[in-house]
Amino acid sequence: MSQSLFEKVWDAHTVRQLSNGQTQLLIGTHLIHEVTSPQAFGMLRDLGLKVKYPNRTFATVDHIVPTQSQVEPFADPLAQEMINALRQNCEEFGVTFFDINTGHQGIVHVVGPEQGITQPGTTIACGDSHTATHGAFGAIAFGIGTTQIRDLLATQTMAMTKLKVRRINVEGELPPGVYAKDVILHIIKLLGAKGGIGYAYEYGGSVFDNFTMEERMTVCNMSIEGGARCGYVNPDEKTFEYLEGRPYCPQGEEWDEAVERWKAMASDPDCEYDDVVDIRAEDIAPSVTWGISPDHGIFVNETIPDPAQESDPDKRTSIEEALEYMKLPAGAPIEGTPVDVCFIGSCTNGRLSDFREAAKYLKGHQVAEGVKAIAVPGSQVVDQLCKSEGIDQVFRDAGFEWREAGCSMCLAMNPDKLIGDQLCASSSNRNFKGRQGSPTGRTILMSPVMVAAAAVTGKVTDAREVFHVGETAGV
Amino acid sequence: MALEKITSVTGKGVYVPGSDIDTDRIIPARFMKCVTFDGLGEFLFYDVRHHEDGSLKEHPLNDPKHAEATILISGVNFGCGSSREHAPQALNKAGFKAVIAQSFAEIFFGNCGTLGMPCVAATAEDIEKLGAAVRANPDLKITIDVEKNRVFYGDENFTVHLPDSAREAFLSARWDPIGELLEGEADIEATAAKLPYMAR
Repeated sequence: MSQSLFEKVWDAHTVRQLSNGQTQLLIGTHLIHEVTSPQAFGMLRDLGLKVKYPNRTFATVDHIVPTQSQVEPFADPLAQEMINALRQNCEEFGVTFFDINTGHQGIVHVVGPEQGITQPGTTIACGDSHTATHGAFGAIAFGIGTTQIRDLLATQTMAMTKLKVRRINVEGELPPGVYAKDVILHIIKLLGAKGGIGYAYEYGGSVFDNFTMEERMTVCNMSIEGGARCGYVNPDEKTFEYLEGRPYCPQGEEWDEAVERWKAMASDPDCEYDDVVDIRAEDIAPSVTWGISPDHGIFVNETIPDPAQESDPDKRTSIEEALEYMKLPAGAPIEGTPVDVCFIGSCTNGRLSDFREAAKYLKGHQVAEGVKAIAVPGSQVVDQLCKSEGIDQVFRDAGFEWREAGCSMCLAMNPDKLIGDQLCASSSNRNFKGRQGSPTGRTILMSPVMVAAAAVTGKVTDAREVFHVGETAGV
Repeated sequence: MALEKITSVTGKGVYVPGSDIDTDRIIPARFMKCVTFDGLGEFLFYDVRHHEDGSLKEHPLNDPKHAEATILISGVNFGCGSSREHAPQALNKAGFKAVIAQSFAEIFFGNCGTLGMPCVAATAEDIEKLGAAVRANPDLKITIDVEKNRVFYGDENFTVHLPDSAREAFLSARWDPIGELLEGEADIEATAAKLPYMAR
């Protein structure tokens, strides 16, 4: 019978049925970080349990790491305590830790693929909702809570209910200046922040066929913002090309065998989906958010919604709440909204291609007066690659601060925070109230190139105009 | 690891209306700089309950009349966003035993389940009515009957939705799955043995 990749991976990892009808699912790869794991190790100790497969858990430190200097001790004693706890837990339980001194530290969802730990046809879980990022490789990957981290450490399995699968086709050719970030913001806007509850999203169509692995990661990363716990793209030659030779990938004969297995895991062409959504690439334009939920999206040349025009009372209240928080005028163009801070980084858009693309356009431009602009590589490896191409220098010359690797201002658990009601043009994934560290701070999500355009103009801007995108080669 | 059966939850309620209330709002990230969950209760909904100078805002959770509430009532997609278990832990540590909302984000729902906190879904109309009743009478006794999938208060009652697997887990005292997961050891090893990447 024809099956989707999700069903094949689910079947291959099903251990047994539990008494409540859920599946005991084997999670082959477990990724951990300093924020959500210490309590799980504590529970393990309380229960007198060991880590069942220490070779299948990988740790890094990302959320609390300061990005101005990673030198310890950190100024924040709580942050230091958290990294110390992770070090001790990894040592005691025999878990591989990509610590700061390894040269491989970074955001967990950047490190996994980079090291070749993320592989097609596998199951991956992490105490972090952006774990769907790894779905770009044809893995079934999702976020979990701390009690489930305990379950994985102790048994390498968790109790889970099978998801339905929604196929999202994006066909056609994206217009110049439209990026993977715009595609996912558009999908979330169309299907809503809760549209994906109960579903795994399978992304496909010519746009995804043509996307690089890093672009696929950007889309899969934000699946949870659309309510879908996991999102994936079927593995293809690009997937294998990206992975070949990476440290944790099979080598030689084993590599060839692995590729054959991985190819067989892709969804069968005639498999049935629980739902199918078709989107035309030509309908997508550079996107920005105007509110406090990632589904509050519009194209940059559109106007901010007006609650007076909304007939549904719940939606009207929701728009009013969002505009009051964002201090944005109903019905006005979003373009021209002044920004205070610009942030390029995060597990959504903190990879080499993100910085490379923004640098291409930043050359010869200067960050507008009064704007604070920071670029934070997603990992130490990304940092080194950017430096080897001189990308960091382009950012510095333009007036950006080039920082060290971490989650940084995406969720502001380190010193990188908005102050007061500053408005941030951000390449990250969430525009929730207070997300970027100030209870009144405001976030507008957009692609890295759009953040670069906001940085040089000091306001929300159509990057295609300020950078003459499409008029130069190689876009 | 003996757990108790959860057949019903009874207590006073507090209504926190709103759609898409995310886990960053339930517990802002800066309060997650900790290696245990102890003490999270006092930071529950911190930024919507406090002005920047620390003084209290007007909020149902700041109303002394609702100080004894153990059932939180809310809107659509409650608990969306970050997977942080700190959010249900903060609710739990603040004394909450259950949540009634129009719908729940999946990771949050699962996290609450493993803590023994039923999250039941109801229609907008029933929630609005219950919310109004709770506002009018903060001492109103509410019972979530897990077995019957119903909520009772005063002379009223309405149907709620709870997936069968979650209800079964509460009723059979297996809402924390660790015991049963550990029992599957032989099957775990057999499954792992068939997956080449597990050996690396």
